[in-house]
Amino acid sequence: MESNKNFVVGIFEDEDVLLHAVEHTREKGLKIHEVYSPFPVHGLDEALGYKRSRLPIAAFLFGMTGTSLALLMQFWMLGYDWPMIIGGKNHASLPPFIPVTFEMTVLLAAFGMVGTFFIASDMKPYKWPRQFDLRSTDDKHVVAVDLAANKMSKEEISALLKSQGASEVNEKNF
Amino acid sequence: MQVTSSIREPLITGGKTVHDVSEDISRQVEGKPTQLWWIAMGVSLTLFAFGFYCLCTLLWEGVGVWGLNKTVGWAWDITNFVWWVGIGHAGTLISAILLLFRQKWRMSINRAAEAMTIFAVICAATFPFAHMGRLWLGFYWVFPLPNTWGSLWANFNSPLLWDVFAISTYFSVSLVFWYMGLIPDFAVIRDRAVRQGHQLRANIYNFLSFGWDGAAKTWSRYESVALILAGLSTPLVLSVHTIVSMDFATSVVPGWHATIFPPYFVAGAIFSGFAMVLTLLLITRKVFKLEDYITIYHVELMNIIIIVTGSIVGIAYITEFFIAWYGQVPAEQYAFYNRMQGPYWWAYWSMMTCNVISPQLFWFKKIRTNLVATFVLSIIVNIGMWFERFVIIVTSIHRDYVPSSWSMFHPTLYDAGEYIFTFGLFFTAFLLFAKFFPVINMAEVKSIIKSSSEQKH
Repeated sequence: MESNKNFVVGIFEDEDVLLHAVEHTREKGLKIHEVYSPFPVHGLDEALGYKRSRLPIAAFLFGMTGTSLALLMQFWMLGYDWPMIIGGKNHASLPPFIPVTFEMTVLLAAFGMVGTFFIASDMKPYKWPRQFDLRSTDDKHVVAVDLAANKMSKEEISALLKSQGASEVNEKNF
Repeated sequence: MQVTSSIREPLITGGKTVHDVSEDISRQVEGKPTQLWWIAMGVSLTLFAFGFYCLCTLLWEGVGVWGLNKTVGWAWDITNFVWWVGIGHAGTLISAILLLFRQKWRMSINRAAEAMTIFAVICAATFPFAHMGRLWLGFYWVFPLPNTWGSLWANFNSPLLWDVFAISTYFSVSLVFWYMGLIPDFAVIRDRAVRQGHQLRANIYNFLSFGWDGAAKTWSRYESVALILAGLSTPLVLSVHTIVSMDFATSVVPGWHATIFPPYFVAGAIFSGFAMVLTLLLITRKVFKLEDYITIYHVELMNIIIIVTGSIVGIAYITEFFIAWYGQVPAEQYAFYNRMQGPYWWAYWSMMTCNVISPQLFWFKKIRTNLVATFVLSIIVNIGMWFERFVIIVTSIHRDYVPSSWSMFHPTLYDAGEYIFTFGLFFTAFLLFAKFFPVINMAEVKSIIKSSSEQKH
């Protein structure tokens, strides 16, 4: 964790007020460090200028890996390593291999994507997140502004956030 | 500034605020378990212990302790297996398919339903494993592992092996889906514990929450994970019971060999799954006082799904009969004649009464909005669905092609014991879940408070 960072922390009660506040303050040149919410606020990622998550691509790639591995495994085991005739059918044909291939695709896609999510978001057990306000998991939306990243003074940022509907503005140092 | 739709009934009643949601749902996690909880836990553990004794006897003595014979090689074990897997279909259906259809009423019930799914699938899995007899060798038979007989691999042409993959994938993906939903709610309990000064509880729930921070970036990624998991789980949930039905449908046994099986089994699974969700949630809402979150409207919507799927199941029964008659195959015709009029007529007619007739009562609004009627009917539906599997499995094989081997199935104490074991396991797990985990998805419910909550007066 970085040390000696000073943040101005604006607390918002309502998600629509928050959304407008984020849009307006960013138009006025405020650089917002991050917004912490108790539930997903739709449109907030766009208002903050975040790009769309690329996790779907990760899921697709993991899924394709699952498909290939499952097909390779079945054709190699039953077609090459130990071919057996069961019920007079071909040792290796595609249709009966589809169910296992489908399941492996879903399994790898799901686990791969969730694993990528944890790595991308730097989430792991034993790690305490940086908490600006403990109420951000209860009912408050918390806007954290890094003072070092902004040209405006502490008081200016405070006044700006208040004018946009923040119910309180605090300071937090890490 | 609360907005309430004038055409839709509110999903959350009692004028709850976002803060009330945290309070109401965290309360049972933070408080001491009630006396009722201890009594229920005692009963569940007793069932579990008795069932465990029966299971150990089975493993020690062999499958011979069950009432199976040469003709009826599958009976209560596979009946119970299919019954539990079917029950395990509602959770992921609610959280995945209803998410894709943007049905907001899922939000109050998805957590408990998914937990039920996971425990039901664990219960289901115990039956095929117990049926193998030599459990410790089972892994070589069902998973493609190199073994001591040379690398003689599992048979991928067999629907029984597809089942292994389907159910283990379904279990794993449902577990991940459920756990992803729990992560933000664990963080709620963690932060409340910090404020209340419970450091140990805060550490435990922070561990469970993977250090969740609730940042907009994390939420944005989280939402796309949830959507894709829903997209992956939708075909998955449909594939599982399809593959279970193929255990029967790909055989050449009259009564099993039917192409209608996959959709018919999936509908039956959703039917029984919703019935079990109702049984559990009606108790949970009462015990934890969640009437404002799981409203009569939620119950009514679930009952409507029960009418739809129950009617599909009814049509499937009639179609099977029609095709047996129309197909003109004597063995197939006899299998169905035997179901209705043979020695297991009582099982058949119990199935018909419970599954086809009883859910039709939900056409009456008075009945589908009545909690007592819903509770009773939800149990009747699950009794009916148990009989359905029993009828399909036992009546199709007890009179096979050679009349000299015709036989009946006589269950033993150990057949019953295994079933009791799974009940003990299921309710113990559910009670632990209800005590230590938030039973309602707080983050999702909070997100609809503004749009779907009852107006404050």
